[in-house]
Amino acid sequence: MENILELTNVTKTYNKHVAVNEVSFDVPKGSIFGLLGPNGAGKTSLIRIITTITQADTGEVKLDGERLNSRHPEQIGYMPEERGLYRKMKVGDHLMYLAQLKGLSKKGAKEAIGYWFDKFDIEDWWDKKVEELSKGMQQKIQFISTVIHRPKLLILDEPFSGLDPINTNLIKDEIYELNKNGTSIIFSTHRMEQVEEICEHIVLINKGEKVLDGNMKAVKDRFKENLFHIEFEGSLPADITAQAHITEQTSSSVTIQLQDGQNSNTMLRYLIDQGLHIISFNEILPSLNEIFIEQVGEMPVQL
Amino acid sequence: MNKLGLIIKREYLTRVKRRSFILATLLTPLAFAIFFVVVGFIFSYESDDSKRIAIIDESNMLQKRIKDESNLFFKFVDTDLETLKRDFDRFDYDGILLIPPIKDILTTEHTVYYYSDNQPTLDIETLIRSRISNSIRDYKIEELQLQRDQLEALDTKISLEPEPIDEQGEDASRLTGAIAAFLGGTMGMIMYMTVFIYGMMVMRSVMEEKTNRIVEVMISSVRPFTLMLGKIIGVGAVGLTQVAIWAVLIPTIVLIVNLVFGFDTSAGMNMPTEGAEINPDDAQALAAMALAELQNQNWWMILPLFVLYFLGGYFLYSSLFAAVGSAMGDDLGEGQSLTIPITIPVILAFYIMFVAIQAPNSSLAVFASIFPLFSPIVMPARLAFGPPVWEILLSVAVLIATAIFFVWLSGRIYRVGILMYGKKVTLRELGKWLFYKD
Repeated sequence: MENILELTNVTKTYNKHVAVNEVSFDVPKGSIFGLLGPNGAGKTSLIRIITTITQADTGEVKLDGERLNSRHPEQIGYMPEERGLYRKMKVGDHLMYLAQLKGLSKKGAKEAIGYWFDKFDIEDWWDKKVEELSKGMQQKIQFISTVIHRPKLLILDEPFSGLDPINTNLIKDEIYELNKNGTSIIFSTHRMEQVEEICEHIVLINKGEKVLDGNMKAVKDRFKENLFHIEFEGSLPADITAQAHITEQTSSSVTIQLQDGQNSNTMLRYLIDQGLHIISFNEILPSLNEIFIEQVGEMPVQL
Repeated sequence: MNKLGLIIKREYLTRVKRRSFILATLLTPLAFAIFFVVVGFIFSYESDDSKRIAIIDESNMLQKRIKDESNLFFKFVDTDLETLKRDFDRFDYDGILLIPPIKDILTTEHTVYYYSDNQPTLDIETLIRSRISNSIRDYKIEELQLQRDQLEALDTKISLEPEPIDEQGEDASRLTGAIAAFLGGTMGMIMYMTVFIYGMMVMRSVMEEKTNRIVEVMISSVRPFTLMLGKIIGVGAVGLTQVAIWAVLIPTIVLIVNLVFGFDTSAGMNMPTEGAEINPDDAQALAAMALAELQNQNWWMILPLFVLYFLGGYFLYSSLFAAVGSAMGDDLGEGQSLTIPITIPVILAFYIMFVAIQAPNSSLAVFASIFPLFSPIVMPARLAFGPPVWEILLSVAVLIATAIFFVWLSGRIYRVGILMYGKKVTLRELGKWLFYKD
């Protein structure tokens, strides 16, 4: 699989403080990628290197197989965590400005804005001043400005902070659609539960260092504890403790940890043979939060 | 269009289109006009309440020779003081002036008495004193049998006419110094104001972008240095536009005010002094000479140099203001201490400028017109005095080099500052930022 972004041994220090230490990971082309870690882990420092705002002290960053250079900002769309727009500018002028700075021609910019205005059904916003818009409306404009130049790589830093549920879903849908059309997307967030359902690949960093990375399913498989959650009607077989290791139990459900040599099918067959009426049977996969805690031995700081 | 051009265009257009800019550009000349009208009105104001004053001239020394003024009427009476005082209300006088006789003809002091319910106002008192003094002078001339024309010949008016030693040199008229001082002062003043106004404008704008958080979006598209430079150039263009409009509007409006209200706008400068009345012919000759002197100035050299110093000084100081703006947080007051090191040289230069006008070739003036932090304000003030060419060349060269260096220096502080939040920044910290890697 080709990679849109490859980081090799990237290190960045700020005035003796090591913000990023020998970090390497790849972002596969066309994927939705999670850059995860608690606040202060070095996510923003990494993003600033990728977006060419700063440069790595050592190490190499390749975008689409090419070392980062001054033409690359036009291929990247970046929505920082701290967002803002020129409050006194008209929405249309503002988008024209940002689009042209990303290398679009006047005509191309106008067309692109027309497309998004049409899509969000906001054709009459062109002459509105940014400060006249509500917070949610401004976020929409911010999002449009991030993707207006059809970037190959879209980087979203805490994209859902400060968004109401309706706008969150709207943006999520747009992100899926962009992804379907070939845009690679990096989500950076400390809210790990937010991206579990979205991301196919992740990298987990803490204190400037990579903790782990890889395919989401592979990561979870690696850390799963063979736990199965079973809901049932009736009563459990009397000799169940001999057959299965029970970690939790209520009157209508039980959590079982499979031992070596056991698999879910044999366990299920055994329970059915014993006459238990099974309502549901799920494998319990660890959450990213749990994996993180297990890996670094502390709670991610939630702010 | 390249990115720098786009940024300059935005910075320029958003400001020029703003209502506050249009108002300030048009209202400032209007404020000048109002100022001149008010000043002119104040100085041409004459007391409108007329007074009648009875004069008791006990020895008939004045021989009824005091003439009435437009609002002041004198009446010589033979009635004695006691009667007048007793029937004061009936006579309808506002005051009684009692002039005792002079005992010794050679005295230089004499006291007269003014009886009234009201204190005499300052202008009336001045007028009465000067009229009586003149009359007594006439009286003394007659008593002492002096020749009037001989007396007048005692005073000799001297005018100093500067002439060059070198025959080819420009013949300066006696007004050259004054006109040059006026011109220099005006130019220095404009430089001082513009550096502050537009430098501050750059600083506020940088701060706004930082607190607005737009800056991180921007620098993911353009380099911080490009953003800063674009802003400085854009605001500078706004400054040039505004100054150019003022340069046309202010003289026009002052001229119109002069024509419409018909009073001398220079009245504000020469306070009416006792006895010293300028001959109207003299004043006209003076004005003509001043005008000729202004035309004599080498405008083809002064104006381009003025623009050059404006740009040099502006780039130098506004880049420093941009650096400070980038270091400031949301709190304007907190950053105030950081602007002090910038404002001190500007204010010093402003004071040195006054010295330079009075002594344009003093060593302080020469030093200050080459030292780049002072030269944008001091050198324009000296230009009208015709400083040596090598001084101008050196000063311009040093200024341009320093401005470029400061823009580069500020760029290094700026790129760190705009991404730094929630930290109180000291000057020492700013210095450290210079050496940060990209």
